[in-house]
Amino acid sequence: MSYPLNPLLYSNDVEKEPIRAGFGRGLKAAGELDENVVALCADLTDSTQMGLFKEAFPKRFIEVGVAEQNLVTVASGLARAGRVPFTSSYAAFSPGRNWEQIRTTAALNDQPVKIVGSHAGVSVGPDGATHQMLEDIALMRVLPNMVVVAPGDSLEAEKATLALAENGKPSYLRLAREKTPIFSTEAAPFELGKAYVLREGSDVSLFGTGTMTYQLLVAAKILEARGVSAEVVHVPTIKPLDTETLLASARRTGRIVTAEEAQAAGGFGSAVAELLSDKLPMPVKRIGINDRFGESGNPDELIEYFGLSGEKIAESVQQFIDEAPQYHR
Amino acid sequence: MLEEAGSGHSAGPLGLADIFAALYFNILTIRPEEPEWEDRDIFLLSNGHCVPVQYAAMAEAGFFDKTELRTLRKFGSRLQGHPEREKLPGLENTSGPLGSGLSQAAGYAYSLQYLDENPRRFVYVMMGDGELNEGNIWEAAMFAGKYKLSQLIGFVDRNNIQIDGNTEDVMPLEDLRGKWESFGWHVLEVDGHNIESVINAASEARAVTNRPTVIICHTIPGKGVDFMEYNYKWHGMPPNAEQAKEALEDLRTLGGKIVEEGAGV
Repeated sequence: MSYPLNPLLYSNDVEKEPIRAGFGRGLKAAGELDENVVALCADLTDSTQMGLFKEAFPKRFIEVGVAEQNLVTVASGLARAGRVPFTSSYAAFSPGRNWEQIRTTAALNDQPVKIVGSHAGVSVGPDGATHQMLEDIALMRVLPNMVVVAPGDSLEAEKATLALAENGKPSYLRLAREKTPIFSTEAAPFELGKAYVLREGSDVSLFGTGTMTYQLLVAAKILEARGVSAEVVHVPTIKPLDTETLLASARRTGRIVTAEEAQAAGGFGSAVAELLSDKLPMPVKRIGINDRFGESGNPDELIEYFGLSGEKIAESVQQFIDEAPQYHR
Repeated sequence: MLEEAGSGHSAGPLGLADIFAALYFNILTIRPEEPEWEDRDIFLLSNGHCVPVQYAAMAEAGFFDKTELRTLRKFGSRLQGHPEREKLPGLENTSGPLGSGLSQAAGYAYSLQYLDENPRRFVYVMMGDGELNEGNIWEAAMFAGKYKLSQLIGFVDRNNIQIDGNTEDVMPLEDLRGKWESFGWHVLEVDGHNIESVINAASEARAVTNRPTVIICHTIPGKGVDFMEYNYKWHGMPPNAEQAKEALEDLRTLGGKIVEEGAGV
């Protein structure tokens, strides 16, 4: 079954919505399905989209103030008491500030605490480097027991939130602030641990997570016009990786490009490179931020500057194809 | 236990022995044979390095066989160097890195008070005094004060030592009572070696219905072992074989004042 992409995907009229908005709807829906779902926020209720849940379930919404260490450790206690706590803040602060608390009281303690890091990546824009979290994927995916998810659009964020409410594991959900195009549809599948082939191709596989998947779809279209057949695989679950789907795609194309709005070191691309070095060694180009911090600017401007736009990615992929041989063909 | 393990903390657990006796044999409503009993009280150890005394109390109470105490800190043991909930039934949390236990206790207490609306269960948490250097503790103290978590009862082991020296030299905590009071807590102070006082303080704490309570327990680090008492150097060190023998003799004879109980065993 082919993945049902939004038919307006490449139109100027494609609907855009912040990924975090889908989380807000998903959290409320999860709250309706399970009365044990509770929400905790560190003084960012509206911008992390917990307002809908708070309005619907005021007794199950807990304001902890600007205290991210307390945010996840209180959640750990609630989880021990049988609740399913979703905690939200900006990713720069949670898991940026409270990583040890997450490690000990959620991951090692194996409690189903949900860490929702909003406003991740450079597309936060004007706030600048302090608030543009780029290291969170690397920080979270190295923790045993932790599930790591970066939805590609708001529709998927809604589905991912519902899935995380039921998975019984400590989990990280990475969200973005800016409006981004909705490439999926209501009918599109989402399952934790699954990757989805959005476009088939034979010259190169483009693996994307979070906001970058849309840019990869744009890049694939540009490459198609140049006679390059690019396969696009959307990988919302960074941990555990869908090794079967990724390896199958790698066998088909023999060249891999990964893209993430995060440090290229240690994150999603590194996870893919680890998999391929173990199972199917081949050239992997990792697109992301290269060992530097972000800076203030408009989101589009920054995405372009850091080489993360569809056009810039198409250029990088073309260069990679020119240089790298195809393996395992 | 500690001598056998060859590493670990001596002074804190000895200073807490009386309080843990009070907890596991009077204060806590628990069923050692049914660790997940749904009506149980919750006890969390925040200063995880003091877990040897908790293991000892749990074994004495019947959570597991006392022979297992000798596996402390050894490969394959359920008695990890710092407590791990996943490893040993009866532990309610995983701790070691300081400062997070009060928050976990507050989360549980919030759940009881506001979501279950069950006033019959209580959440107790033990904190070290050196641990109060951690900002996470005061975030939790503020949180518990805001939500008036009256089923939350904290103990502070006020033994005045931490690894680098005396608490008032390393990072002064006084006015400790005033600090907790200003965060909205009911504060009690007891002699942590007077078991009756500890039990009475816990009873008073349970009767306070509009605030969380903290019981500052004044204790002697290394209590009962002459060469360890009051000496911060014993915070993070186990005794060697000879020292362990001397320590146990001290403990069993109250420093030579009584005939050794179980002598020759």
